[in-house]
Amino acid sequence: MPEIQNFTMNFGPQHPAAHGVLRLVLEMDGEVIHRADPHIGLLHRATEKLAESKPFNQSIGYMDRLDYVSMMCNEHGYVLALEKLLDVTPPIRAQYIRTMFDEITRILNHLLWLGCHGLDVGAMTMFLYCFREREDLMDCYEAVSGTRMHATYYRPGGVFRDLPEQMPKYQRSAHRSDKDLGLMNEDRSGSLLDFIDAFTGRFPGCVDDYETLLTDNRIWKQRTVNIGVVSPERAKQLGFSGPMLRGSGVVWDIRKTEPYEVYDQVDFDIPVGVNGDCYDRYLVRMEEMRQSNEIIKQCVTWLRKNPGPVVLDDHKIVPPSRIEMKDDMESLIHHFKLFTEGYCVPEGEAYAAIEHPKGEFACYVISDGANKPYRVKVRAPGFAHIAAMNEMVVGHMLADVVSVIGTQDIVFGEIDR
Amino acid sequence: MIELSKKYVVLSEAISEEFGDKLKLLKDASIELGYSVMADDLIECCRILHDNDAFGFDMLMDVSGVDYLSYGRNEWETLSATSTGFSRGISKTDGSFAGDVIAETEYKPINRFAVVYHLLSVTNNYRLRLKVFCESDERPVADSVTGVWASADWYEREVFDLYGIIFRGHPDLRRILTDYGFIGHPFRKDFPLIGNVEMRYDSEKGRVVYQPVTIEPRTLVPKTIRDDNRYEPDLKDS
Repeated sequence: MPEIQNFTMNFGPQHPAAHGVLRLVLEMDGEVIHRADPHIGLLHRATEKLAESKPFNQSIGYMDRLDYVSMMCNEHGYVLALEKLLDVTPPIRAQYIRTMFDEITRILNHLLWLGCHGLDVGAMTMFLYCFREREDLMDCYEAVSGTRMHATYYRPGGVFRDLPEQMPKYQRSAHRSDKDLGLMNEDRSGSLLDFIDAFTGRFPGCVDDYETLLTDNRIWKQRTVNIGVVSPERAKQLGFSGPMLRGSGVVWDIRKTEPYEVYDQVDFDIPVGVNGDCYDRYLVRMEEMRQSNEIIKQCVTWLRKNPGPVVLDDHKIVPPSRIEMKDDMESLIHHFKLFTEGYCVPEGEAYAAIEHPKGEFACYVISDGANKPYRVKVRAPGFAHIAAMNEMVVGHMLADVVSVIGTQDIVFGEIDR
Repeated sequence: MIELSKKYVVLSEAISEEFGDKLKLLKDASIELGYSVMADDLIECCRILHDNDAFGFDMLMDVSGVDYLSYGRNEWETLSATSTGFSRGISKTDGSFAGDVIAETEYKPINRFAVVYHLLSVTNNYRLRLKVFCESDERPVADSVTGVWASADWYEREVFDLYGIIFRGHPDLRRILTDYGFIGHPFRKDFPLIGNVEMRYDSEKGRVVYQPVTIEPRTLVPKTIRDDNRYEPDLKDS
């Protein structure tokens, strides 16, 4: 009779289901996990230290690269902390634009999560469907900022520029017929708001499609129901936030409890789970996508009716326009000072938290009155979630590790920073 | 001027009643409520904040280390800059821009390292900042709060890794973000931004080797502190 013993298995960092560069050291008894030890930091770029060496505005772009599937939400956390320190409030139109793009980002993030989670568990079609809708939202990013992912669109005091009047169109090409071209440009004849409006019209139908594929699917339920159960008390102890906390039945959403921007002006619901397992968290996120869609609709309606400034007129913080800069001496000086030295932020410290798609994303900024932050600490939601990996997978099978990684919505950009 | 909202006024009164002198209000607590606590009282205060229903701080959202070595110190003295010309402020040879004397802060006694805790009460919808200064600058130590909030585990590992603050009573204090076998604590202000070592593949040895960094430190924008009265509360709204 052979001697049976526990063995240690290395999961990642090059495993396709590890969502990036997670190295998990698993102690196994047969196929049952005894202990999971996540090794993180393989993507550590010292974002916080880099931010200490740059003027405040130059770090906004770094924030995009933290959680690289919900870019504008990261910027939002950082920019809000600066606005707290500077004691400024952006114009109302900028607040609506930010709210709208936060929700667009939430859908972007949840679509990637759904696609990858599905792919990990064996539902390959999900991935293809989700990326189809993501493409439209990426186009919104591109229309407004010029880049599809790392937008650097939010600024202290507002947003970089107003929404474009014209949605970019696909060009004639040898690879597509005129008929196809017409179909692709169908929603793009008007402004960006028209394009987003058309998207919000068809998106609930898309979510219905995803749900027909998964919600009652026998395999999906076998892989997610009663997997990675976290009680509400434990979820709080472990510092969970966002859908991970709500999936366990804790009613907590920063958009409702500490409303920032115009979340107290829009109407939406907070879905909450019951059992705290992977399936409940799936249901929570699906409903969140529908609610985000409703928020976007309300923002579009408001933005259509209310033109106005999208950034503060305070040239000590916000650079003047090119035209002003060219023919006004004072504007030229402001421009020069802002782009060589930046602005000084009054001494103090601020912790600004937002409801990021993954949970509570916050920036803790300490300023000593200089033109650079003295210390920036990024509170990444995924960090607390992956710290609980051991607790969530012990006693489960190896295949369930993949479900748990999926349900935690792990992105290493924010965990390793 | 930002003022504390009503619920935080209530909270701060409850805290001063319960803790008295143990928790001292931070200087800029007008933006967010925050207290500094002596290292010896940390665990006891955290316990009460967690267990007492009046506070109900059931979640620890964030733990952050801070190194106050160069706090409030200019890299570029602008007052004398006109007579010396507008250079980039920092000479390449003088790498020790962090300084060797710890900068003055409002905290007494002057300590170099601090640990900042951000607490959240889901039941009462409160947030609170706690700041504890480590007594020794050479060997900074703080008590671990893993017994109060389980989420402190990895956060404290991170602070240990990046700042070298040792947490007494932590169950598994290992490095977390830096490389296996890393030397030094990279977020300290006297740790150069470019690092100390770089790695490359050595084709002769057939493996990856570490060597001293070959790039030079570079400052594009020097740190300057402006004496600026724009943010003075009595001038701001005029």
